Amino acid sequence: MSNVPEDLLYSEEHEFVRKIEDDIIEIGITDYAQGELGDIVFVSLPKVGEEFDQGQMFGTIEAVKAVSELFCPASGEVVEVNGSIEADPAMVNNDPYGEGWMVRFKLGAPDELDTLLNAEAYGQHIGE
Amino acid sequence: MATGPLQYTPLYDAHVALGAKMVLFAGFQMPVQYEGIMAEHRSVRSDAGIFDVSHMGEFEVTGPDRNAFVNRITCNDIAALGPGEVQYSAMLTPEGTFVDDCTVYRFDDKLMLVVNAANIAKDWDYVVGHKGGANVRLKNISTDVGLLALQGPRSEEVLQAETPAALGAIAYYTFDTISVAGCQCFVSRTGYTGEDGFEIYCRSRDTETIWRALAGEGKAAPIGLGARDTLRLEMAYALYGSDIDDTITPLEAALGWIVKLDKGAPFVGRDALKSQKERGVTRKLVGFTLDGKAIPRHGYAVYHEDRPVDIVRSGAMSPSLGIPIGTTYLPAAVAKVGTEFEVDCRGKRIPAKVVKRPFYTEGSVNKGK
Repeated sequence: MSNVPEDLLYSEEHEFVRKIEDDIIEIGITDYAQGELGDIVFVSLPKVGEEFDQGQMFGTIEAVKAVSELFCPASGEVVEVNGSIEADPAMVNNDPYGEGWMVRFKLGAPDELDTLLNAEAYGQHIGE
Repeated sequence: MATGPLQYTPLYDAHVALGAKMVLFAGFQMPVQYEGIMAEHRSVRSDAGIFDVSHMGEFEVTGPDRNAFVNRITCNDIAALGPGEVQYSAMLTPEGTFVDDCTVYRFDDKLMLVVNAANIAKDWDYVVGHKGGANVRLKNISTDVGLLALQGPRSEEVLQAETPAALGAIAYYTFDTISVAGCQCFVSRTGYTGEDGFEIYCRSRDTETIWRALAGEGKAAPIGLGARDTLRLEMAYALYGSDIDDTITPLEAALGWIVKLDKGAPFVGRDALKSQKERGVTRKLVGFTLDGKAIPRHGYAVYHEDRPVDIVRSGAMSPSLGIPIGTTYLPAAVAKVGTEFEVDCRGKRIPAKVVKRPFYTEGSVNKGK
């Protein structure tokens, strides 16, 4: 069983969203996603200041056997990047919702969060 | 490609019970990983690991013409193979390209060909199709035979605990008929990981008994196909469907050493290879590494001096070396260590450089040979 915390929002592409402030969100990949990918060996993230639309690709995760793209759950501007996972990508496997977070965004359109899944809906989405 | 019903090895339930992630491979439900590819890879490099490779195919050849027949359908030389010895070889098309790579086991009274799971049907048709008037009996024993690979520096110790046979007497690329966990097996000192180890051929119904005797805490760690691939790639061992296929010859694939043009017996593909050798090959397999951390994946385009020359054949992050590694074919004139070229990693051209093969040189297979 994957860990799907109640207090987060989720995209169908297996990113999680944590609201930190009214207009700031933290994004990473879910426990289910890290389990499916297996050992993560490389994470390519955007730079602070880059802007993305909802659904746009913003990074890449390479696991030993698979490569996966990261999609923006909501549009906005990158305000912070977790540089330590670029140095130690295994943190994403070990603690996807904590030390393995990826980027923080300043939301462009906060309403877009309404289009995301809650924990229950995401749990159904992954069939658990 | 494999068609027909989904197939299972005798260990399917055991893999699922261990929590393996199962995938479809060559028509079989196979474990791609248990604990994780990196940890499994390290177990084999530093300790011992056990792989279920029962999906692989085995053909038995008996009858008075068996040696001449197998010498005609494989490119290595059976005459150089004594009873109890194993040989790496290949079956070729008339054009000299690979039908499959294989190993050949010579018994006193028979030969056994071991082939890739994905090619069993095609290889069987090939073998039967070349029988002609030869006085041989051919038997596809693939489903009757279970196959476990025990690999890693501690393999001998793990296996010795389950057999009365003196394993020290089984030298590299030889085999013997011995008892393991009370079951009769053919055991060869072979493998495809770069480590010391054994391949254990048993009756299908005995596979689980032997697996249970050898796998587990303090014995050998179960290893999936994921680590099998990274282990063999670190050694630059060829994988059919990636590094070699029916458009590539052994001379191009750096496997000229298994082609015995002068073995004194004609074989399928010989004329084409003789002529290719005289003309010189136009492309050659190389091993490479990439700048940075992007990982080359099978199918990515390869450019040399801005011209597309091939695709990435095999690619991975090397768990032992911590660098991206891969194989591709470059024009023969530039297929040498140090040549720089580029790999298109999802739209970005990443600088690549030819390095020596194998990528990994510390394996226990090299020790005490």
